[in-house]
Amino acid sequence: MLRKVMLFLAIVCFAVSSMAAYAAEGIPEEKLTAGFVYIGPIGDGGWTYMHDLGRLEMEKAYPKMKTFFAESVPEGPDSARVMETFVRNGAQLVFATSFGYMDFVQEVAKKYPKVKFMHCSGYKRAENVGTYFGRMYQARYLSGLVAGKATKSNIIGYVAANPIPEVIRGINAFALGVRKVNPKAKIKVVWLFSWFDPGKEKEATLALIDSGADVIAMHADSGAAPQAAEEAGVYVIGYNNDMSKYAPTKHLTAPIWNWGTVYKYVAGQVINGTWKSEDIWWGLKEGLVDLAPFGKDVPELVKEMVKVERDAIINGKHVFVGPIKNQKGEIVVKEGTAMTDEEMLGMNWFVEGVEGDIPN
Amino acid sequence: MEVLISILAAAVRSGTPILYATLGEILTERAGVLNLGLEGLMLMGALSGFWVAYSTSSVTFALVAAFLVGAAIALIHAFLCVHLGANQVVSGLAITMCGTGASSLLGRGLVGETIKGIGVLPIPVLSKIPIIGPVLFNHDPLVYLSYVLVIGMSWFLYSTKAGLNLRAVGEAPGAVDAVGLDPVKLRYLYTVIGGGLAAIGGAYLSLVYTKMWGEHMTAGRGWIAVALVIFAIWHPARAALGAYLFGGVGALQLRMQAAGTSIPAPLLLMLPYLLTILVLLGISIKKGKGILLGAPSALGVPYQREERT
Repeated sequence: MLRKVMLFLAIVCFAVSSMAAYAAEGIPEEKLTAGFVYIGPIGDGGWTYMHDLGRLEMEKAYPKMKTFFAESVPEGPDSARVMETFVRNGAQLVFATSFGYMDFVQEVAKKYPKVKFMHCSGYKRAENVGTYFGRMYQARYLSGLVAGKATKSNIIGYVAANPIPEVIRGINAFALGVRKVNPKAKIKVVWLFSWFDPGKEKEATLALIDSGADVIAMHADSGAAPQAAEEAGVYVIGYNNDMSKYAPTKHLTAPIWNWGTVYKYVAGQVINGTWKSEDIWWGLKEGLVDLAPFGKDVPELVKEMVKVERDAIINGKHVFVGPIKNQKGEIVVKEGTAMTDEEMLGMNWFVEGVEGDIPN
Repeated sequence: MEVLISILAAAVRSGTPILYATLGEILTERAGVLNLGLEGLMLMGALSGFWVAYSTSSVTFALVAAFLVGAAIALIHAFLCVHLGANQVVSGLAITMCGTGASSLLGRGLVGETIKGIGVLPIPVLSKIPIIGPVLFNHDPLVYLSYVLVIGMSWFLYSTKAGLNLRAVGEAPGAVDAVGLDPVKLRYLYTVIGGGLAAIGGAYLSLVYTKMWGEHMTAGRGWIAVALVIFAIWHPARAALGAYLFGGVGALQLRMQAAGTSIPAPLLLMLPYLLTILVLLGISIKKGKGILLGAPSALGVPYQREERT
C-alpha cells in the first residue's frame, strides 16, 4: 500500500514538475507556429486585410517563427475544425479574429490545454484563452474633431455597416468629437446591413450627400464611400486603413487598425514563456489604433488641436465621460462619471446629435 | 422633385449591372439552358475587366476581356450541359463557386488599387429634357448600351427569324432539329453570349460603378438576376423594369434612412423579392401542374437526338 502511495506521489511530483517546467519555459522562436482564423478574405481590403498585415508584421519581428492562416472561415462549427487542424499541424498559438468564433475557441481550447488561444473582440477567457481588441472609439473621437471643423452645412453623413455595439460605439465617439468643436453639427446615419458591398456603400454615400451632408464618415470594409465622396467633391473620413488612395483630394484622415502591435506582443510573450491569459483592450497609447496621415485641406490649427486631444487620451483622458445625453436629450452618463468597459461593450443607444434609428 | 430624380437616376445606375446579367440569362434560358453561374460569371467579369483596365488603362480592352472571359466560362457550361447532357443546376452552381474562388485568388494583388474607369457622359440634347434627361441620359456609355441591348433584344426575339429559332430551340429543340437547324450549335451560341453579357454586368461594377476590385464585390447581384429572369417572364423589356425596380428600392431605402423616416429599411429591401415571389406564384397558378407560364418548355432539359422527351 505504502509503495503504491509513494509511486503515485512520485508520478504526481514528476507530472507537476514537468508541467511547471513547460509553463515557465517559452517556445523558442524557430519552433513556434501560430495559426490565424480569418472571417473574410484577405482581399477584403478592410478588416481581414488589416489583421493579415498584423500577421506579416509579427513574422517580420520574429522571422524564424511560422504562421498558418485560413480565410473566409464562417462563424460556426467549421471554425472549430480549422483551429483543430492548426493545432494538429503543430500550431502552439491560435488567433481567432472574429467575435462569432468565441464558443468554438472555448471548445477547442479545452481539448488542447497546452495550446494558447487569443480571441479577438470576445469576452470569454480561460486558462489558455486570452482576448484582445482595440479602443477604436478613441481614434473615432479624434476623427470627429476633424470632421466637425470641416463641415459647413453642419450635416455629416455616416455610412454604417451593421447595428452592433462596436459600430454604435464608433458613431457615438465620432459624434462626441464632432460636437465638441461644433455643437450645431448633426450626424446622419445610414445603415447598410452588410459589411462589404461597394455598390451599396457608394449609393449610401450619395444618399447622404443628397440630404445635405458635406462630410462623410464610414464604418464599412471597402473604399467605395471615399471614392464616391471624391467624385461628388465632398470631404471624407475613411476607416480601417489610410483610404486616401480612393479620395486623393478629399480624404481628411481615417481611424486605422494596427494589429501588428498585439501580435508581436503576444508572440514575444509566448517565446519568453511569460504568456498569461489576459484581456488586451489597447488604444492610442499602445498604438493599436491611430489616425491616418491628414489630407492637405486639414488646417494646421485642427492638426494641433487633434494632437492635444490625442496626447490627452494617451495620458488617460476618457472619451465617454459625462455629461452625455442620448438622442432625446436625457442625461445617460452623469457629469464626472466615465463609462465602464462593460457599458461601452454593450452600447445600444445614440448620443445627442446623431440622427437615425438603431434597428433591433 | 429633385429627390425623385436622384432616386430614379440611382435606380438606373444601380440596376444596370443586374440588367446586363439578366439579359444574358434570358438569352441563355430562351435557348433552353439554365445557367445558375451568374454570380461567378459576374465576379470573373469584374475581375478581368478591372485587371485589364488596370494594366492597359484601356476600358475598351477591359470590356472586351470581360466579355471573352465570361464567354469562355459559359463555354465550359455549354460543353457540360449541351454536349454531355450534364445536370445544369449542378454545373451552374459549380461555376458560381469556382468563379467566386478563382476571382478571389487571382485578384489578390489588385485589392486596394484604383483605376480611372468609365465616367459619366451626358447625351447632348437628350440630357437637357426635364426629368427624363437627368434620369435616363446623364449616365455612362454602358448604361446607354444597355438601352440599345434591351430594345435590340426585344426586336430580335420577336421580329426576326433568328430570334424565332432561338425561342424555338428553348421550346422544342426536336422541332428545330427537324427543320434542319442544329439545336446544339444554337444552344452553344446563346449560352456563350449570355455568359459574356453577365460578365459585362460584373465589369460594370468594377469599371464604372465603384472603380475598384474587392473580393465578392457582386454581393449577390448574380442571384438577383436569376430571380429577375422569372420576374421578367423571360422578356428583355420587363427585365429592365425589374432591374430598375431592384435598384430603385435600394436607393429609396437609403435616402429614406438619410431623411430620417421611421419605416424599417429591411422591410423595403424585401419588396422586390416579394414581388418576384408573387409573379412566380401568378404564373404558376395560371398554368398549374408546376409549369411556369412563359418559361421555355425545354428549359433545363438536355437535347439528345433520337431521344424522346
